[in-house]
This record gives sequence, structure tokens and C-alpha cells, in this order.
Amino acid sequence: METLGLLGGGLAIAVQPMNLLFALVGVVLGTAVGVLPGIGPAMTVALLLPITFKMDPAGSLIMFAGIYYGGMYGGSTTSILLNTPGESASIVTALEGNRMARAGRGGPALATAAIGSFVAGTIATALLTVFAPFLAEVAIAFGPEDYFALMLVALVTVSATFGSSRLRGLTSLSIGLALGLVGIDKLTGQARLAFGIPDLLDGLEVTTVAVAMFAVGEAMAVASQKGTAAQGHVEAIRGSLWMTKEDWKRSWKPWLRGTALGFPIGALPAGGAEVPTFLSYATEKKLSKHPEEFGHGAIEGVAGPEAANNASAAGTLVPLLTLGIPTSATAAIMLAGFQQYNLQPGPLLFVTSADVVWGLIASLFIANAMLIVLNLPLVGLWVRLLSIPRHWLYGGILVFAAVGVLAAKGSLVELTLVLVLGLLAFGMRRFDYPIAPVVVGMILGPMAETQLRRALQIAGGDPMVLVQSPISAGLIAVAVLALLGPLLWARLGWRMKSDED
Amino acid sequence: MTALTRREAVALGTAILTVAAGGSAGAQAPAEVKIMAPAAPGGGWDQTARVMQGVLTSERIVRSAQVTNVAGAGGTIGIAQFVNGARGDPAALMVSGFVMVGAILMNKAPVTLEAVTPIARLTGEWQALVVAQNSPIKSVQDLAAALKADVAKVSWGGGSAGGVDHITAAMFAGLAGADGSKVNYIAHSGGGEALAAILSGRVTVGVGGGSEFEQHVKGRRMRWIGLTAPQGTSGLAGPTLAEQGFKLELQNWRSIFAAPGISAAQRAGLAEVVEKMAKSKAWADQLAAKGWQDTYLAGDAFESFLKEEITRVSGVLRQLGLVSA
Repeated sequence: METLGLLGGGLAIAVQPMNLLFALVGVVLGTAVGVLPGIGPAMTVALLLPITFKMDPAGSLIMFAGIYYGGMYGGSTTSILLNTPGESASIVTALEGNRMARAGRGGPALATAAIGSFVAGTIATALLTVFAPFLAEVAIAFGPEDYFALMLVALVTVSATFGSSRLRGLTSLSIGLALGLVGIDKLTGQARLAFGIPDLLDGLEVTTVAVAMFAVGEAMAVASQKGTAAQGHVEAIRGSLWMTKEDWKRSWKPWLRGTALGFPIGALPAGGAEVPTFLSYATEKKLSKHPEEFGHGAIEGVAGPEAANNASAAGTLVPLLTLGIPTSATAAIMLAGFQQYNLQPGPLLFVTSADVVWGLIASLFIANAMLIVLNLPLVGLWVRLLSIPRHWLYGGILVFAAVGVLAAKGSLVELTLVLVLGLLAFGMRRFDYPIAPVVVGMILGPMAETQLRRALQIAGGDPMVLVQSPISAGLIAVAVLALLGPLLWARLGWRMKSDED
Repeated sequence: MTALTRREAVALGTAILTVAAGGSAGAQAPAEVKIMAPAAPGGGWDQTARVMQGVLTSERIVRSAQVTNVAGAGGTIGIAQFVNGARGDPAALMVSGFVMVGAILMNKAPVTLEAVTPIARLTGEWQALVVAQNSPIKSVQDLAAALKADVAKVSWGGGSAGGVDHITAAMFAGLAGADGSKVNYIAHSGGGEALAAILSGRVTVGVGGGSEFEQHVKGRRMRWIGLTAPQGTSGLAGPTLAEQGFKLELQNWRSIFAAPGISAAQRAGLAEVVEKMAKSKAWADQLAAKGWQDTYLAGDAFESFLKEEITRVSGVLRQLGLVSA
């Protein structure tokens, strides 16, 4: 119970009025930058670092944590309402969330995202408090072959859930995999598919592609259907603005499952926030009693991934605080923030600067509570956005997307990319190819490739390394089962029963 | 192609506001500098630019200093934009360093460091070799022997391919009597992933900036093998390679350049500004807080150092087959 005492001490630090103010500033800033595609929490924290140099360490770290959590949350608002993901971790939220919003259920979608984020963030922070040191040890033991197997599971399960036809889904996925190849190859430093354009050497930005594929492609589709108003009709509010009893019933399990996926994967040094959101989406679709609603606005598809997204943000702090290993861009900059005050994250941090660490953890709880207080009352205001006439709304989305992309990179190449990829997305919509697998392939492809090559390189080219690790062998078995299982069952004439518990 | 960065946009906005508010009637332009960090906010070059900004203004060496970021491709996008946009501008400065030398060669960049005006080397960080605490390799001799026995069996964990860590690995393997071109180097993006691979003992040996490993060595999770610093370098977690009989000196240096096409007098003026900054106490304090070593070197000495580094880096990259001859 020593932990609880320390946490109590931390709470006492975090509720000091100045620190509360820092948490509030962080949360508001984070939400604002999370909303804009392209500008993420990492860049915000980096720009604020020099300003905070003369501030009290606890206060500024509390603010950074608020920005981090706020950014994760803010990205979902535009995802749901405008189909314009602000962060790569909220791409999955757009899939069901935007469908819900167009059917007049934007309120419940935003609410389940907010409450799910709160629940997941709170549980994950509690897990961080108790398990951090233990979990960190497990996480670094995760090797490249294990990561590769994890990516394989994600790829197989996720690509099975999209689109009406397997062939169309796989075609889209291949486009994504090809887009993921663009840029300097991480392991050899050689350029691929860059066509001599220097701006392409660092690869395509995930948010740029997501914004182009989702928002720009859709705006073009809407513009091309002038007069045929029935398609793509947007209704601002239908039914309750808040979550109904049914919504709650359908949300709470996905929140918990999303947390269970997000926290441990976020704690892995190369886990990231995107993979758990994909896995959560696939899981919810599989387990849902209303699988037919997926693709048309299923609330589970918002609740699960949003929870996973926020839980992974807390997970990222595990290796950062206990081992001094930054596993995301934001964490890397927070590490720089720690060092600025001569605080060295790592095993000794909990001993040498216990007050700062526990103050930070306590303020995560507070930041979470603030986020929900800040966002729930705004839901009604946000959904009003959708009552803007359609031509204004989509015009606005185009401007918003272009400004966001320009603000992040300031490059004309990037803007051209948005337009070209938007055209591609328009064509794919026109011929009924699903869009989401493109983004999935683009995120997972390079991760899977890098980890596979790393594993083989360390093992001197021996492919047996993939099945020698129990974690990797187990995950590969899951992937094979997920891929061949449905085919086998179909052949044997078994009917998969929907799980009725 | 001139892209308006956010910072420029803000500066522009402020300028418009100042004028709109009546402005100060003073005709003299304030003594100001513009520092470009050819990388995204947060990295080493960006931090260098921002520390410079802070010290230059707080010490009143200049009246104002702005930082802009142009990220991408190891700085080669930034330098291209700098050469085109700042030509002849006596107030323009650009941060650069060891990594840009390699990136220019590997990306076959059209604009090289020869196009800009060298001012000074500011800071450097020595490279360290470490192993996991429970590794069978206990000393630099063990590592050299393992490399000599089978260079491909020794896997190295570090940062991006062709970067300073990769070059360090290849050079050490060569010194140990192995074929440096066959070094089994596992590139990682960002420090975190590489640290995890080293701590867990998945890679045989880790290579990176000395300060990255210091706390892990102190916490007895990593064993220090050596540092690529000259003999007698102080303030470190362990001995240098040179002190153990392996003469390898390599620092990940950062430097400052001015625009092309400025006059000798303008160049001397900028050099003076940078020297004042580098000799100030505020600069020394900031370096200490960041764990950077002061390796200030200016004038002809810096120019010849730069030439040697370019030759050395391109030699290693060719040997590794990352740059075609």
C-alpha cells in the first residue's frame, strides 16, 4: 500500500492551484492541436520546451502530460464529425464515427469517445501506477520477431474486416503497402519510390494520406454528385444528443477491451498507438451482436478504438518513466523535458525524484477528468457543425485539411500529394474499393517489414527465428488461424455461431 | 520554392501589427539573426538553434533571433532551401552537423555543404560502445576478438543507416582487424527502440551518443566498452577506446553555417557574434544542462576539419556500399 501513499502525495502536488492551471492549459492546448491534422502533440511540446525552461519542473511536466492526453482526445472530434483524422491513432475512429455522425448520431459518437477515453485513460493510468516496473521488463524482452508476428495478426484480422469483397479489400491493402514503401529504407538507408523528389525521402506522412483519402476524396465524391442529394446526406441530430441506455450497454465492454489491448501494446517500445486501434476495431466487429452495422455506424467501432488509443498513451509512459526509453515522438520530447531539469528517467527516477513522478501520475488522473469536463458540454456545440449546408461544409473541410497539412510541413509537395491521393480515393470510391485498408497497409506494412528484416538480420538469415520465440510462434498461429479458419469452417460446412453469452 | 513556415507567418503577422499600431519610427534595423534548423522541432539541431536563440538574446549579443524549422531527409531539404532563399543575407544562419555530411552523400543531394559559408563548430558528442550487463563480452578486447572471429555474428544496434552510429561501427570493426564493410548493423529509428534492443541483449553491442547510455551504465544494466574520445577526456562513465589501445576518434559534431554570397566583412561579423555566444557563461551553462561538450572551432581550422570529415565519411560510406563510388 506504499504505492497508494505515494500517489496520495502526488495528488497533493497535482492539486496545487498552479499545477491545476498547468494541467488545464495543457489539456486545452492538446485538444486544439489534436483537432488540426498535421500538428500533433509532439510538435507542440517541442515548441513549448524553451518557454518552460524557467518554470517549475513539476508544473511543466504536468502541462506536457495534459497536452499528450488532450491531443489523443482532440484527434477524435474531427475524425468523427468531419472524417478528417487529426492524429494517426484516430483514423479508425473515423470509420464508424463519421457514419454515426452523418446519421444524426454524432452526439453519442462523441460522447462514447470522450467517456471511453476517460475510462481507458483512468484504468491505464492506474495500471501504470501498479505495474510499471514489472511491465517494462516484459516489454523490452519483446524482440523484432515478436513485433513482426504482432503486425501479422493485425494485418490479417484487420484486412478481413473491410469491404464487401476480399479481392477489393486486398487490392486496397496493396495500394497501402506500396505507399508505405516510399522513402528511405530504414535498414539500408537507400531511397525507394522517391523518384528523385527530396520531399519524398522521409516517406509519406500518415496523417497526410489519411486526410487525403478520407476527407478530400469524400469532398470530391460529394461535389461530383450535385443534384443527387440522397447520397451522402448529412443529418445533424436525430434522436437523443446523448448516449441512450442501449448505447451505454453496447459501449462499456468495448471500452474495457480497448484498454486491455491499448495499454500493453502502448508499453511495448515499438508498439505504437495505431496497432491497438486496428486490433480493437477487428475484435469489436468479430464480437458484436450487430456485425451488419459495421461500416454504417456501429457504436462499438468508436468506443473500442478510442479507448485503445488513450490507453496506449498511458502505456507509452511505462518504458519512459521506468527505463528512460522514449517510444513515441511525444515521449522523446518529454524525455528532453525531463533532462532539461536534470531529471533522468529510468529505474532511479522513482527513487531520486519520487515527488515529480507521482505528481505527474496524479496529474494524469486530473487531466483525464478535465478532458471529460471540458468536452462533454461541448458535444452539442460540435455537432452543430454538421448542420452547415453541405457545399459550405465540404468546402470548409477542404480548406481545413489543406491548412493543416501546410502548417505541419510547409511544403508544396505535401499539398500536391493531398490532391493526388484525394483523386485516387475518389476513383476508388467511384468503383467501390474500400479506403481504410490503404491506410492500414501504409501503417502496418513498413512496421512489419522493418521488424522482419531486423529479426532475420540478427539471426544471420535463419527464418527459424520466427517460430523459436514462444510469443512469436503463438502470434503467428493466431494469424494463420484467423486467415484459414473461416475458409476451413466454411468447407467443413460448419456455421460459425455468433457468440451468445 | 518559398514555403511560409508557421513561425514566419507569425513574424509576418507581428510585423503587420507593429506597423498598424504606428510602429516605432526608428529607421535602423535591429541587429537580428535568423537561425534555420534543418530538422523538425525537438531534435538535436532544433535544440541547438533554440539554445543559440536564447543565449544570443539573453546575453544581448543581438537584439532578436528567430528560429525556423525546415525538416526532411537528414537536413538536405533544409540546406537546399537555405542556399536558395538566404543567398547574400548577412543575418541568416543554419545549424548543421555530422549527420548532414552523410545524408548529402547518401541522398545524392544537389546542394552540398560546399555551397554554404562555414562559421564554426559548436558542440560535439563522443560515441560510446556498450553491451548488455549479462553479455559474454566483458571488454573491448573481447569485442575485437569476436569481430575478428566472425564479423557477421556480431550484431550492432544503433540509429539510422549510414548515420554516425553506423559509421562508428564500421570503423571500429576495421580497427579490430575485421572487414568493416561486412559489419552486421541493425538500424533503429529513434533512440528508444535501439535502447530496448541493447538492454535486452538482442544485439551483441550497442553504439550511440555517450550521454544516452550513461544512466544505464550507472544503473548496472549496461556495461561500458569505450568511448570514441581522445585519451584523458574527463567526466565520463568509463574509459575511452584510445586509452584501451584502439585509436578511434569520432564526434557527432554540430556546427553553424552562414548563407552563400556574403562579403568577407559580413562573414567576420557573424563569426564574431557566434564567438561571443560560444564564450559566454550562459552558453556553457546550457551545454552542461544538455550534456553536450563544447568543441568550439572556428576559422581556417574549422574549414580544414570539415574537409577531413567529408573525406572520412564518404570513404566509410563507400566501403559500406551505401554510396556508389
